[in-house]
This record gives sequence, C-alpha cells and structure tokens, in this order.
Amino acid sequence: MIQISAIVLMLLGIYGLLTTKHIIKMIIGLNIFEVGLNIFIITIGYKTGAVAPILTSQNNSSILNFVDPLPQAIVLTAIVIGFGITAVGLILAKKIYVQHNTYNIDEIGGKI
Amino acid sequence: MKKILALLLVSVFAFFAITLVQSDQLVPKFGDADLSSRVSDKYISKSVSVDNKVVEYGETVNAETGSANLVTSIVVNYRSFDTLGEVTVLFISALGISLIVGTTDGMIKRSESGFILKTGSKVLMPILLIVGIYVITHGHLTPGGGFQGGSMIASAVLLLLISDHEFVPNMNKFKVLEGLSGSLYIIIGLVSISLTGYFLKNFMPTGQVGELMSAGIIPIIYLFIGLKVGSELTGILSDFLKKEANV
Repeated sequence: MIQISAIVLMLLGIYGLLTTKHIIKMIIGLNIFEVGLNIFIITIGYKTGAVAPILTSQNNSSILNFVDPLPQAIVLTAIVIGFGITAVGLILAKKIYVQHNTYNIDEIGGKI
Repeated sequence: MKKILALLLVSVFAFFAITLVQSDQLVPKFGDADLSSRVSDKYISKSVSVDNKVVEYGETVNAETGSANLVTSIVVNYRSFDTLGEVTVLFISALGISLIVGTTDGMIKRSESGFILKTGSKVLMPILLIVGIYVITHGHLTPGGGFQGGSMIASAVLLLLISDHEFVPNMNKFKVLEGLSGSLYIIIGLVSISLTGYFLKNFMPTGQVGELMSAGIIPIIYLFIGLKVGSELTGILSDFLKKEANV
C-alpha cells in the first residue's frame, strides 16, 4: 500500500511538471516527484517487525532483525543532490524574474 | 489538450509502475525484504572482507568498521568514494549559484523584523549550533551525521539573517573553511592510499563499538563533511540575498 502511495506521489509530481507554466510550481513538482521516489527506495529495504539499523544498548547484536541500511544510505545521497538541484533552479527562477518581471514561461516567449 | 496528453503519459507510467510493484519480480513485496541474499547482510555484520561474525554493542573490539550506526558505516566507510562525489555535487551547485549571481556588492535591503523574531532567534541560535555540532560528532553512534548537522548550522545562520536586517556574513572566512575541509577529506584518502593501498580505506584502530572515540576515520571525515556542508549552505543562503547585478 505504501509503495502505491509513493508511486502516486511520483505521478502527481510528473503531472504537475508537465502541465504548469509557472517556474516555481515546476520546482515544487520536481520536489514532490523526488520525495515520492525517496519513499519508494526506502520501502524496498523494509522488513516487517525489524528495527532501525543502529546498534544500541537495547538492540545490541548484529544477529537481530534489522531493516536494510543500504537504501537509506543511497537516499541520503539523493536528498543532498535534490537540494542542489532545487537551489540552482530557484536562483535561475529569481534571475528570470528580475529580467522579465514574470514567472510564466509563456510570457517570456523564448528570449532569455 | 496539453493536460490530456500529460494525463495519458502519467497513466501509462502508472500502469507500468503498478504492474511492476504487483508482480514482485524486480521489487520485493513491502515488508518482505530478504537481507540474507543482499550485500547489506555483510554490512550489518561488519564482515565484507572477513568471515561472518557477530558484532555486539559495547563488547566487540577492532571490528572492520567500529561504527554503531550502520547507515553511517556504509556512507562514510564502505561507500566513502560515493560520498566524495556527493560533496562534489553540492560544491558544483554552490559554485554555479555564485556564478549565476555574479559579482555584486552588498545585500538586498531587508525590512526590520519584529520583536518576537529578534528575541526568539537570540534564544534559539546557540541551541541550534550546539545541537548541530552534537549531531556531527555523534554521527557514528546516533542518527545524524555531517550532512544533517551541517544543515542545522546553516539554519542557525539563516535565523540570524532573517532576524537581524543589518547582519552581513563575512563569506571569505566561510569559503576558506569550506575549501580547507574539502581538501582535508581528499588528503585523508591519499594518506590511506599510502598506508593501506586503497583510497579512503580505514587506517586507524576502530576501537570498541559504541564508544565516542571509535570507528577510525569515520568521525574525522564526518567532521570535515559537516564543516564543509555548513559553510557551503551558508554561502548559498547569502548568495540568494545578494543584490542583483545590473544586466
């Protein structure tokens, strides 16, 4: 069920990315897509009844039932790269707004 | 018309994705991950290059990597080269932002903030800085690490930027800190080449699992990553507030 909802989030992001003309809304769509993808990657490593992959004084042995730590490590990378993409997109949007006084890509009309 | 096309494309994507999830061929069913057939099993028992053995919290000494947080042991030890690439991506995006902003002098004019924000930020900022440094230094024991703690430090600077309208951060010092910690990460990798023969392989004693002074080079690398990410995000934030160059 949670995998289906992650896919629905991804689809919402793609739909928003394809239909809107507003640059800020496009960046929001890209972020929703990314969140859905990250949730989907996390669910691949989930095991029912397993604990978080950290050795503590309660969960103190590696023979215990841990969830897969590898997807979590990869999602950490994906979050940082998503932050970089969002920051560059926002600064480009700001630049476009200062030059053309609009966020709508139709009103810019191809001239940068 | 365009919306119908987008809906069509999205439904095709939905059909493929949902049939993929239902079929259990490529992706396991939710909650049925089989770790014994994956490489993660080796990561959990800390035995990638040695025979399988059991790791006990507070008892095992000199394991392959002494980190109690298994995600950290993957991010900064087994896949450390990957993390170096990740830091490089963040650096390139900060570089691109400062290139797009261009050479400008001064920040944009900010309006004076209210009394509650001013007083609240004075209380919150030191707590944020301390929690950020705690999260960085305990990255190998508890959830967190360099990226998370670095973002906390940057958010402390953001609080200062929005509460004090005359505050201008001295970016040159942040840039020196960022470059220094980024190069020290690579220097650690080169030292480990000369000592062990592999890039970014652990060359220090790993100690007892669960102690603060354990896990070899993991806390050192995470400290450098935390400083680098914190100063880099601060640079990005102040780039957003710079005055627009005359085009």
